[in-house]
Amino acid sequence: MSDFPFLLAMIAVPAVGAAAVTALPKGREQTARQLSLGVSLVVLLLAVLATIAFDVGGERFQLTTSVSWIPDFGVDFALGVDGIALVMLLLIGVLVPVVVVASWREEPTGRRSMRAFWAWLLLLESLMVGVFAATDVFLFYVFFEAMLVPMYFLIGSFGGPRRQYAAVKFFLYSLVGGLVMLAAVIGLYVVSANELGEGTFAFDALRQVEIDPGVQKLLFLGFFVAFAIKAPLVPFHTWLPDSGAEAPIGGAVLLVGVLDKVGTFGFIRYCLPLFPDASRELAPYVLVLAVAGILYAALLAMGQSDMKRLVSYTSIAHFGFIALGIFAFTTEATTGAVLYMVNHGIATGLLFLVVGMLIARGGSRLVGDYGGVAAQAPLLAGVFLVAGLASLALPGTNSFVSEFLVLIGSFPTRPVFTVLATVGIVLAALYVLLLYQRTMHGPPRGVLLEPAPEAPAPTTGGGGGATAATATLEAPAAAPARLRVRDLSRRELAVAAPMVALVIALGVYPQPLIDLIEPAVAATMSDVGADPAGVSPEAPVEGTD
Amino acid sequence: METVPADGLIAASWLLIALPLAGAAVLLLGGRRTDRWGHLLGTGTVVAAFLVGLLCTLQLDGRRVDVDLFTFVSTGSLDVQAGLLFDPLSAVFVLLITGVGALIHVYSIGYMAHDPRRRRFFAYLNLFVAAMLLLVLGDNFVALYVGWEGVGLASYLLIAFWHERPSAATAAKKAFIMNRVGDVGLALAIFLMFAQLGTVSYDGVFGAVGTLAAGTVTAIGLLLLLGACGKSGQFPLQAWLPDAMEGPTPVSALIHAATMVTAGVYLIARSAPIYDETPTARAAVLAVGAITLLIGAIAGCAQDDIKKVLAYSTVSQIGYMFLAVGLGPVGYVAGLAHLLTHGFFKAGLFLGAGSVMHAMDDAVDMRRFGGLASKMKVTFVTFGLGYLALIGFPFLSGFYTKDAIIEAAFDRGDGWGYLLGGVAILAAGLTAFYMTRLMLMTFSGRPRWEPGVHPHESPTVMTAPMVLLAVGSVLAGFLLVVAFPLESWLTPVFGEPEEAEHVVAPLVVSVLVTVVMALGVLTAWLFVGRREVPVTAPVRVSPVTRAARRALYADAVNESVFMRPGQWLTRALVFVDNRGVDGAVNGLAATLGGSSSRLGRTQTGFVRSYALSMLGGAVVVAGALLAVTAG
Amino acid sequence: MSLTHYLVLAAILFTIGAVGVLVRRNAIVVFMCVELMLNSVNLTLVTFARASGTVDGQVMAFFVMVVAAAEVVVGLAIIMSLFRTRRSASVDDANLLKY
Repeated sequence: MSDFPFLLAMIAVPAVGAAAVTALPKGREQTARQLSLGVSLVVLLLAVLATIAFDVGGERFQLTTSVSWIPDFGVDFALGVDGIALVMLLLIGVLVPVVVVASWREEPTGRRSMRAFWAWLLLLESLMVGVFAATDVFLFYVFFEAMLVPMYFLIGSFGGPRRQYAAVKFFLYSLVGGLVMLAAVIGLYVVSANELGEGTFAFDALRQVEIDPGVQKLLFLGFFVAFAIKAPLVPFHTWLPDSGAEAPIGGAVLLVGVLDKVGTFGFIRYCLPLFPDASRELAPYVLVLAVAGILYAALLAMGQSDMKRLVSYTSIAHFGFIALGIFAFTTEATTGAVLYMVNHGIATGLLFLVVGMLIARGGSRLVGDYGGVAAQAPLLAGVFLVAGLASLALPGTNSFVSEFLVLIGSFPTRPVFTVLATVGIVLAALYVLLLYQRTMHGPPRGVLLEPAPEAPAPTTGGGGGATAATATLEAPAAAPARLRVRDLSRRELAVAAPMVALVIALGVYPQPLIDLIEPAVAATMSDVGADPAGVSPEAPVEGTD
Repeated sequence: METVPADGLIAASWLLIALPLAGAAVLLLGGRRTDRWGHLLGTGTVVAAFLVGLLCTLQLDGRRVDVDLFTFVSTGSLDVQAGLLFDPLSAVFVLLITGVGALIHVYSIGYMAHDPRRRRFFAYLNLFVAAMLLLVLGDNFVALYVGWEGVGLASYLLIAFWHERPSAATAAKKAFIMNRVGDVGLALAIFLMFAQLGTVSYDGVFGAVGTLAAGTVTAIGLLLLLGACGKSGQFPLQAWLPDAMEGPTPVSALIHAATMVTAGVYLIARSAPIYDETPTARAAVLAVGAITLLIGAIAGCAQDDIKKVLAYSTVSQIGYMFLAVGLGPVGYVAGLAHLLTHGFFKAGLFLGAGSVMHAMDDAVDMRRFGGLASKMKVTFVTFGLGYLALIGFPFLSGFYTKDAIIEAAFDRGDGWGYLLGGVAILAAGLTAFYMTRLMLMTFSGRPRWEPGVHPHESPTVMTAPMVLLAVGSVLAGFLLVVAFPLESWLTPVFGEPEEAEHVVAPLVVSVLVTVVMALGVLTAWLFVGRREVPVTAPVRVSPVTRAARRALYADAVNESVFMRPGQWLTRALVFVDNRGVDGAVNGLAATLGGSSSRLGRTQTGFVRSYALSMLGGAVVVAGALLAVTAG
Repeated sequence: MSLTHYLVLAAILFTIGAVGVLVRRNAIVVFMCVELMLNSVNLTLVTFARASGTVDGQVMAFFVMVVAAAEVVVGLAIIMSLFRTRRSASVDDANLLKY
């Protein structure tokens, strides 16, 4: 069973699926999305099977596959996962089918075909799996950069009014980071060639290389900049609100839910083990960025009038928590950070999805165009509330466990930073509840009051989805004419229900995931030289605070 | 006190939480299918939980029983077990929560009968009961924290139950946010415990708290106090509680009077081993209690909204409880006894107020009440008994428990003791004043009803719980202090009661309190009872009245210190982010683009200028080659 | 006649050609001047081939001639079509291909 090349299959299946969708004849939109759903479900199945095949107490990297790729430079097509990568693969497996169903009725903008949308989506899935599964630094870099392409087209072709601007901004930011990282990757190769006599890109080999502290710092920065842009940490963050706001909902979910996690994943997988001395030395500066991000982005989220931008800013705040957990160098905090990566994908993914459902009804992204939705669409409001509560890390939701672990794990070594970050939970409550109150509570407002627009007939039939066609006039004699906001359709329920279930289930019983994550985190902690047994009362408090 | 593993029915005490939680889940997920019987299910689960709680309590026998459920989170050196602790203290709370909770559920069947969202109301109430039980039953601080925020969520949902009203939505948000400020304190206290002791379970923390440095214990105590202040509406986080009256009245009775707001008292009583080590934090508890009980009493005197009077009264009474538990071992039992009797009479009073509002078409302005005694006899009698219990009428429940607190304050023996006792007695007088004012304005005098209002007595399903609570209000004090002393029941938790050295004889205190109370009643009668009550509040009033009406400007301070600067900061940061951070990036892009188009200008299209530049280039290359080969 | 004479002649021819390219506007003349420069280079190649006694330079000169012939074909065609559309053979009139 465990000989089956799960990782290779998880990369190949969606890639082949993407090719198949592209090859479909024109007009077969229905087949295209059914095929996409099928492929993404197969990947989910593979991810689950891979988790079953994974031996928690076993080797660090499992399910490995390695094929020599460019022998001249020692580059291998080497795949393998530890617990951290595995949970990310599970997250991808869960999110992509949900996104497919959520985008079911997405309408192409302009003359684009939706087949292209599905193809790019599947290709993105394939590359995302690759980036988490790569155990060769060069291969990782290739996936890291290649991932930009499908996302660029998803934003640029299928996004909102300013999609071109957002797509270019996304691309340029990521590319700058990627090129800096490329320099560091090459530097790493050269260093390994000097140290080992033969250059290598293999992660396990590079981990053994002793690097001069000064060089380490430079290489660390090279990787760090790429990951900090991707994650994103303040002040490298301004591309995210634009991309998150302009991307189609499905793209936004994958962008924030998975793509950005490559940044934090990179911190754990590459920055810490490869450059332990530099990590320890530069950690205080990273923590400043992290905590500044938590507070700064939370305040900014409160000031946004565009719901999708608002959710993007909340993500930046959450990435601050993740970075805090990673650079606190305790098992508890880093385990919490990895768990946070999964939970944030689910919670913020759900928030994006439900905001998308609301936007599909009202046709506007502005908070001020909504009000009193809860009275007309209680289910929608309920899901919105669950997503919001998960975003503010209420106990009982999955985010609480991870946020709590990050904070309680960081406190012993970094008390001052942790106290400041804890203030962020009040701000989180503020931005979530302000958004909820303005859109869901109160008397009907905004689009709920306007007379029904000339309802654009849904071309794909069935209503719901991306048009405001759900509007029907209520009591034409009564003034003012009132749009009725329809509650969730069956399809939308199928999107929300599994996510809500995950939010609650992982909030009540997170231990199985923690068991999966912890050995890999403990190994990383011993790489970086932190006390792997976690915190003891005598734990040294490093002099930064 | 040794902890023993669970046996018998107590091993199934997780049912206490599971039952209402299952009720909430069924009602929320079942949708409209459950509309017809949802309220019955909701009530049934709480009644069942009460029975389970009662049986568990009977089996308890003064033990301290630990029920281990499953591993919640375990990583590194952190190990949080999902476990319950059933001991005399939590048993008392379980009975209060499920008992009063069941009565209020029954009452709500009638009160919410005409609300189209009644099913959801019961779902939220069930959710609240489950979270509150988790709060008092958890055997570690994380479980407490989970319940702590869970009740906050239920409170949020229920305050905003009529969310079409902007005031309700805002009040709910305010309650949640101010609670969250307190929660930060609780969370940091937990972090500090883990950092210093490596554990978050009650047994672990209380067992090792003596080994900590004094400053650390004080910090933990103060942080816990911050959490308690947020949840219990104590100074400086008291402003949310009166606004929370926007919720339906049964909610005010259950959550914002009888149970949730007393969670702070539970927290401090539960953490007694911590506070025993830190006189500083305990003094802070005292100060918070004393300040709050005065603020609440003063503000209560000037309110015209019947529910707000009761809300400020709650703030003030919880101040008494804080004062009591701040006094240390002598006060724990007194504070908890007052908590229990308060749970009875304040819930009864709120239900009575609900009954009045029900009769008056949801009006809350007491200036438009009057003369209701004859129209609503049951309500009048039950409300009256609750009133007498609250102001401490001799031999009703408030008399026993409030006197015990005041005695304990005097027993400190120093100047502070006299000051605290004096404050408590003064507030007792104020309590008598504002409650008598409420009674007179509501039930006696000439009717000042809005046109078209026809008061009527409420249905039996509402009056029956009121009667039961009134009986409790009358008897609870006697039962808890004299007949079956709470003190001996709680001995396993707080240890043997010390024989207190009375500085002032208890009889003297009782007489003094009774006299002050009578003065308060008399003053109220002079101000309100003898004269006609104007239907609109007088505008030309003394500065004291004006301050009391605005609750001593708590909201104004919050607004000008936190809200407005916060809004300004947010706007400024949005500007900085758009223009500054993003502007820098866009500026860089614009600079690059600009210089590229300026460089592009050199491409003039004149082929001969290209030829010249080629020639120039060739010359430069040739020159360079020459220079290299020659040099 | 020494090597120098040939090289000086080639240099003079090249200079005349280069100056012609730079100062003349008529496309035909510019074109001729380019040919002149090419031929001066040819002369240099042949001179050095002769001096070193190998045929490499002469082979190269033939290549240049072939390329120049091809260039003449394309170049004259461009000039012809330019003249047809613009009624002028001035290179300064054809300046559309710019930023």
